[in-house]
This record gives sequence, structure tokens and C-alpha cells, in this order.
Amino acid sequence: MSTLQHPATGASGPATVTEATTTLRDPQARSSRASRRAERKAERHVDGRKPKRSGLLTAVMIVFVVYSFAPLFYLLVNSTKTQASLLSTFGLWFGGKFNLWQNIVDTLTYNDGIFVQWLGNTLLYVVVGAGGATLLATIAGYGMAKFQFPGRRAVFAVVLGAIAVPGTALAVPTFLLFSQFGLTNTPWAIILPSLISPFGMYLIWTYAVDAIPAELLEAARMDGAGEFRIFFTIALRLLAPGVVTVLLFAVVATWNNYFLPLIMLSDPKWYPLTVGLNQWNAQATGSGAEPIYNLVVTGSLLTIIPIVVAFLFLQRFWQSGLAAGSVKA
Amino acid sequence: MSTLEARAAGATAPAVPPRRRARPRGRYTGWLFVGPFVVVLVAMLIVPIGYALWLSLFRDQLIGGNQFVWFANYVQLFQDAKFWSGLGRVAVFLVVQVPIMLGLALVAALALDSARLWGTSFFRIAVFLPYAVPGVVAALIWGFIYGNQFGLTGTANHALGIDLLQPFSPDWVLTSIGNVVTWEFLGYNMLIFYAALRTVPGELYEAAELDGAGPMRTVFSIKLPALRGPMVIATIFSIIGSFQLFNEPNLLKTLAPNVIGSAFTPNMYAYSLSFSGQQFNYSATVAIVMGVITAVIAYVVQVRGTREENR
Amino acid sequence: MNKRLRRGLSAVAIGVTAAVALAACASGGSSSGGSSDDISKALKDGGTLTYWSWTPSAKDQVAAFEKAYPKVKVKLVNAGTGADQYTKLQNTIKAGSGAPDVAQVEYYALPQFALSDSLLDLSSYGFGDLKDKFATSTWNSVDMDGKIYGLPQDSGPMALFYNKKVFDEYGIAVPKTWDEYVAAAKKLHEADPDAYIAADSGDAGFTTSMIAQAGGTPFTTKGDEVTINLEDAGTKKWTKTWDQLVEQGLLSKTVGWSDDWYKQLGNGQIATLITGAWMPGNLEASVADASGDWRVAPMPTYDGGTAQTANNGGSAEAVMKQSKNPALAAGFLKWLNSSKESTGIFMKSGGFPSTTADLESSAFLDEKPEYFGGQQINKVLVDASKSSDNDFTYLPYQVYANSVYADTVGQSYENGTSLESGLAAWQKALAKYGKDQGFTLSSK
Repeated sequence: MSTLQHPATGASGPATVTEATTTLRDPQARSSRASRRAERKAERHVDGRKPKRSGLLTAVMIVFVVYSFAPLFYLLVNSTKTQASLLSTFGLWFGGKFNLWQNIVDTLTYNDGIFVQWLGNTLLYVVVGAGGATLLATIAGYGMAKFQFPGRRAVFAVVLGAIAVPGTALAVPTFLLFSQFGLTNTPWAIILPSLISPFGMYLIWTYAVDAIPAELLEAARMDGAGEFRIFFTIALRLLAPGVVTVLLFAVVATWNNYFLPLIMLSDPKWYPLTVGLNQWNAQATGSGAEPIYNLVVTGSLLTIIPIVVAFLFLQRFWQSGLAAGSVKA
Repeated sequence: MSTLEARAAGATAPAVPPRRRARPRGRYTGWLFVGPFVVVLVAMLIVPIGYALWLSLFRDQLIGGNQFVWFANYVQLFQDAKFWSGLGRVAVFLVVQVPIMLGLALVAALALDSARLWGTSFFRIAVFLPYAVPGVVAALIWGFIYGNQFGLTGTANHALGIDLLQPFSPDWVLTSIGNVVTWEFLGYNMLIFYAALRTVPGELYEAAELDGAGPMRTVFSIKLPALRGPMVIATIFSIIGSFQLFNEPNLLKTLAPNVIGSAFTPNMYAYSLSFSGQQFNYSATVAIVMGVITAVIAYVVQVRGTREENR
Repeated sequence: MNKRLRRGLSAVAIGVTAAVALAACASGGSSSGGSSDDISKALKDGGTLTYWSWTPSAKDQVAAFEKAYPKVKVKLVNAGTGADQYTKLQNTIKAGSGAPDVAQVEYYALPQFALSDSLLDLSSYGFGDLKDKFATSTWNSVDMDGKIYGLPQDSGPMALFYNKKVFDEYGIAVPKTWDEYVAAAKKLHEADPDAYIAADSGDAGFTTSMIAQAGGTPFTTKGDEVTINLEDAGTKKWTKTWDQLVEQGLLSKTVGWSDDWYKQLGNGQIATLITGAWMPGNLEASVADASGDWRVAPMPTYDGGTAQTANNGGSAEAVMKQSKNPALAAGFLKWLNSSKESTGIFMKSGGFPSTTADLESSAFLDEKPEYFGGQQINKVLVDASKSSDNDFTYLPYQVYANSVYADTVGQSYENGTSLESGLAAWQKALAKYGKDQGFTLSSK
């Protein structure tokens, strides 16, 4: 079953794990209540008293929050301004006409609604790219964790190397390669490279080693179930927090993908939101200039909202998934 | 089968005599699972690297066409002052920005884990939020804030009557970029540390308290050691990220074209070689060399890091 | 004159006309390209075209074209502004596919694409006949070595745009010579340390135009031989004046086309713009705050006597060699930049024309835009276009040259030092690149 290794010494802890860690690792925890209970238990001292709240620490965290929020606040405030008042009012507070709704409408309809097209593209790349990457990484991580096969160590070495290779080093050769095959300026140019997630595979692998007991698999095989059947009915469920973590981070990476689409695409109809926003920003330059900073700002706001919402709703899953992954690594 | 599902639900089932002979598992079954991943890995990673290597051995000129030049590109790169100054710049960036960012992330994670805050969950998600913001948007916003005349820094300068804050002056530009990167990734690193801290078993804390350890002692003896592994991981990723630095300086370039040159970082150099100069072969050379340098350093850090851990 | 002679003369006249007409048709069909007949046929047969442009009026122009020629479909793509689009164009050229049929190319980049054999020579389609329709300097930009690589869209003769309100406030007279300009710069900055006569943090296009106005010819190309001399007489003439502004900190360091730059144009902290005739459209659209404050005057000269300007910016459209339907593309291009309907749409959106008919039309010259306080700015600008021609030529890799300008000349601006050192660094970098690309560099 899941043994607990003390991170510092590597020695094995007792077989009976504390409630706190089980609920964190157990994906069946229906219990945000249980995990909260666990947190509070960890908080408590032996004598049952809760530690006193520290004003200093809270103040420190407030500074962190202000730092994190300030630019987002800037974004929010300035998306309520018209193009003209953007250039003439103070940057960190409201000014001029309250133009948020009109800005949103303008953003969505400018240039025959190309923003919506870009949104659709981004969703396409995310669903197929990030979804595909998660699928491949999960299946491969499971395979590495639970099977012995010739070449396994080679794969391990290659994946580790892959994590170390800078993505931007690959961008130019990938571009040249794709232009040989006529793949540039198509959605495949974005989707195919986003399908590899070496770190995702590594995360699932480490998670699967502990989360899926070998006995369970053996028993299933004894019952005559096929490997893929086992995977989809048993393993996947146990891997859920890890999978959600990998998925979320893959989604963020694909949603925010900028460099690769920038060099691969020349037709704006395939741009993701990031490249599109950058083009709108560049429109302020030169002899045909048409600055639309208000749309850039509003568009940026609209771009980050879905990701923020996704993170807020799926907090529970990815936090426990991260826990497992970072400890094991 | 329902017995399988019951087992999956976590109940320990009593041993059941096998109803059928177990289907033999082949030696290569693992490849069924790992195969698709490896195929894409080879296609999207190995092949481009190979192609880059191939390209770096040629030279394509406007006059004269494509020629095989052995390692002439590498020799030229070795003597290329632009490349070395860019590399030096990201090395400085690395040595300064990474410890600061990880240090701050550590402080934040420890603060969250101390359970002495009002509103822990709120702080956790709030500091993490910048990670969800695309680099383009972050650079755009900070670009506006850094604006000399009417951005925040300009306004602060005017209000205080000084000319001190000059985010895009040659002395400060690296710090300004470092600030954007720190803002983007602070929450992410904080969360990795925090998640690791959460898995420390409560009984360790109980034992420490019984021994009479105060909060600071707890931090140093239990929490920090628990973070050694995640620290190594976070450091490696930050190192890789620093060497790869491209998005932020590239997006801010339009605001400070004289200070952020086309070879400001090695990746920017590779990019401008390809897309401004159409010198794809030399660009591939830069990419290969950068990849090797990054991989070597990441490997060294990992080896030293795990060695420390296993001591 | 007696009847017989008159009839004889008219017979000769007819004969001559016929001979000329025949010769024109014959020369039209002699080269391996198409002919003007091919164009009319292609337009009648129809087809699809892709057109890359960032011009704001392109959408309306394409719509009007499709209405006039219902069988032709034009796909308009905004692949980026200026250098961003050229990168993409170069990528498609290298890849051998994916290029549009017609693309917008600024005058400074045209030689690069022409010399790399990426553009279609339009002389065989009878485009030579259009020569008189366009202003001389713009035609010279598309007509290279006897081949016609595109049609001019707009022109950018330079003029002095100044904020009258600011000038009046500080009692500054409109400068006619560069010396007067420098004096005005000093006066303004002393009176108000937040105000500057102009913003210049280094712009390759501006530098080359100023060198051109001073009579410099730093770049010459003859086949594979390239000469780069950024220390010639004309260049030195410019740096002598401009160095005074750079070294004395009389220029705002605000980056052109940035948020801050627009703001400063609006509130008077940037008092003049020395730029092309296409600027009014930009000011009207983006700097509403300063409406009524700005005026246009001729560009200052070195001797104060003869009028001399230069061109800054402006684009042509060209047909890419990769085009699968060159005749149709040529037909579209011809309509786009020489038909009255199309140029009218272009001008309505604020564009400054390159067609002589429009430049000389009284309606155009009599315009009194409110933004400029009712001044007949077009009279000044058209006058400028008459003296904007010069011998300046661009490099066969000017797009690259401009991309490393900030790394070299930009450093002089950044440090407030003499432009000569920056230009020397630029020259060195350009020579190295030329050599790397296989050109022969000569120093004279």
C-alpha cells in the first residue's frame, strides 16, 4: 500500500498513514470537509489549542497579494475607458465615460468579430492540444510505472533530457521542418507540437507508482480483464488528481502559447488570442496606424477570465496532485 | 465486473480464487501504453533537434546558395560577441532573479503553511493568479505601467519630483524584466512548495512540539528539509526558464528598442537571425549550443541537488 | 492649306497612330509574361486572389472591386504591419509556397524583394503605360532596371508638422532652415523643460530620409556589388545638424507610435513632426485632443533657398512570383492603384495619393481640414512632393538593415553621443551581413 517516505531521510514511515495524508492522496475523498478537517487537525497543537494568528505574517501576505493583484486591477480599471480617455486619464483609477460594456461589444465585433474567431481557435488548440497531451502523458506515465519492458530505461533518459531542452530552441527548426511539409499556417502547426508534455508524463508516472497498487492490477488480470480495460476502469480513477493537474497545466500552457503560433501562422484567421492581441497592439504603429488600446486591454481581460475560472473551480484536484508530484520528485 | 469496481473503491476484498487462467502479459505490453507518447516525442522533439543539427552544418546565402560548411558556424559562434554578451546577460539574470523569486515563494509558502493567517485560501489563490495570465498580457500591462510619461512610474516620478524610476534605462531594464518574470511565476513556485509542505505528516510536528521546539525551530528542522526536493525541481525549471528568456524582453522591445537589442538574450538572437536576417543555419547553431549549455547546467544542478538530498 | 495636303496629313497621322498602336500591342506580347489582353481576359473569366495588406481602406477597396468584377473573389489578409509582414513573406518565399498573389510592400523594402527575384515583372502587362499617372518619385521606386515591380499606393513627401498653439505660446517662428530649427529647439526646451521640439529615439526610416534630403547616397548596388558609405558628404551634412539636437538632449526619448508618444502629441510636449504626408490621417484619427492646434509647413532645408524634401514611408503593391494566376493578380493591382474609384476610397480614409490626377485635383488642393485649423494642407504637401525626388537608393537587404539599426545607431541616441559613431557601427554590421550573404563589398 502507500508507504510514507520521510522527505529528508528517505526512511520509510509507518504503514498506517495519518488521516491527513490519506485524504490528500485519496481521490475518492468526496470530502472537502474531510480535507478541511485534516488541515485543521494539522494546525492544532498537541494540547488542542489553535495557534494564534499572526498579524505580521498576514501583513506580509497582503503585500504579496497587492503585488499580484495590482496589474490585474490596472487591466480591470482600464478596460472601462474609451481609447481617448485611456490616453488622457490616470492609469490606476477610473476616468472618463464608463465604457466597459461598449468596449466588450467592440472587442467582440471589431473586424467582423475576429476576436471570437481567435477565441474559437484557442479553444480548439486547447481541447485537442492540451487534451491530447494529457491523454498521451497519462497513458505513457501509467505504462512506465506499471510495466517492465525492453527499452524502458532509454525512454526514461530521453524524457528526462526532453524536460531539459528549451522549447524555444525547438521552435525555429520545427518551423522549418513544417514548412517543408506545408504544415505552416494550419492548426496542425500549433496542435502537433503541443502534444508532448514530458513533465506531465513524469508527474503521472510518479503518482501512479504509489496510487495504483500492483495487487489490484494483478487481481484484475487474474479475472481475465484486458490491459486497456484495466486502465480505463481502474487506473484512471485512481490517477484522477494527477490527471487533472497535468490537464490544468497543459491547458494553461496551450492557452498562453505565444511564440510558436507567432512564427507558424501568417493568416490571422488561425491566430490564438495571444497572437491576435499582440497584432492589435502593433496596429498602433506606422503609416496606417489605428491604435485600439482600449480593445487590447478589454481583450486581455476577456482572455484571462476563463483560465481564472477554471483554476478556481478545480482547486481541490490540482493541489493534491501537485502535492504528490513534488514530494516524489 | 462489479468485483473489480468494488476493489477500486478502496475496500480490501478477501482473496478470491481465480476463476479463469490469467491472460499472459507480453514483454512488450508496456509499449502499447508508452508507444504513442514516444512516437510524438520523437516526431516533435528528436526530429527537430536532428534537423537543427543538420542545418547548422550548412550555410545558405543570398548570393551563392546552400553550401556544406562543416563546423564553420560553430567557429563563428564561438567568436560572436553578440552571442556571448547575450549569454552573459541571462546568466546574470539567472543568478539574481531566481534566488529572489524562489526566496519570496518560500516565504509565502511558509506563511501559508504556518496556519497563522486570516484567510489562507484566499491568499493562496490570489498569489497564484498571475500564473494564469498569458505572457503577452503580462508584458502589455507591465509595459503600460512602466511607461515613462504617463505610466505608473512616470506618474510616481512626477509626484515625487524625481527622475529616479527609469524602468527602461540600460541599468534598470534587466531588473524591470526580472520583475515581470517574478510576478508571473511567484505564485506557481509558492504553490509547489506549499503543496510539499502539506504532505509533511502531522505527527512530526506533534513530536517536535513535545520536544519543546518553537516555531522557528520547526521551520528549520522540519519544513525546510521537507522542501529540499521541490527546491531542486523549482531551481532547475527556473534555470531552464532563465536561459530560454524570450517572451518578456521580446514583447517589451517595442517600448525600448535601443536598450533591448535584437540579441538581448540568446533566444532573441536566434529569433532575429532567423526572421530578420533569414540566416536559418546560424540560428540553428545558436539554438543547439544554447540547448546543450542549458541541459548541462540543469543536469549538474539536479545531480548536486539529489546528492544533497540523499546525504 | 489645300484639301489634298490636309487629307494627306491626316492620312499620315492615322498611319502613325496605327503604327504606334501596333508597336504597343506587339511589344506587349513579345516578352514571356502576359499581355494587357490577358488581364482583361482574366478579369472576365474570374477566379480567386489573396491580398496581404494592412492599409485601413483595403477592406472597402476590395469590396468595391468585387462589385465591379463579380466573378473575382479577393481574400484580404492582414498579416501584420511592415516588417512583421515582410518576415512572413520571406518565410513563404523560402518555403516555396503560401505567398499571396498581391502584397503591400513599402518603398524601402521593394528593392529587397525585387532583387531576390520574388516579384513579378509587370512591364509585359502593359504597366509601362501607367507611368504618367503617378508622381515621379513614386514611379522611380517601382521602376528598377527597366522592370516594373509594382504600382505605387501612396506617397510620403516630407513636411514640417508643427503645433501652432505651442509655437505661439513660446513665441517661436516657423523654422525655414535647419539652423533655425535647432535654435527653436533650444528656445522651446529652455522655456519648458517638459517640452521638446521633436521625439526621436532612433528610426531607420527617418534617418535614411534625412540623409536623402541632404543629398547623401550611402547605399549603392550594382549586381552583386554593394557599396556602403555612411560617412559620405550628404550623411555628414545631416549629422552635423542633428548631432546638436542629440548631444544637447533637445529630443524627447519617447518611442514613436507608443502610448506615451500619442499622449505627448496631444498635450503639446512634442511640438513638431518631420514626417511623410500620410501623417494627417493618423493625427486626425488618434490625437483628437490636439484638434485645431497643428499646422503644416515646408520641411526646413539646409540653405533656406531651394525647396528640397525627401520621401518617408509610403507603400506600393506588387504581384508575387508565386502567384498562380498572375494575369488576374495584375488586373486587380491595376484597378487597385490606378482606378479612380479605388484611389478615391483610399483618399477618403485619409491616405495621401501618389496619382498625379489626384495630386493636381483642385478638390484635393482646396481641402481645409478642421484638424489643421482650416489650413489648405494639401497645397503644402503636394508642393513637397514636387521636390522630393533624389538619388538615394536602398540596400538589397534593407529590411535586415533596419532591424539592426537600434542596436547600432540607436546607441548614440540612447547615450546622447555623436551619431557618427552609431552610423559607423551600423555600417560595420551591414558590411558583415552583406559579406555573409555572398555580396562583394566595395568601399567606394
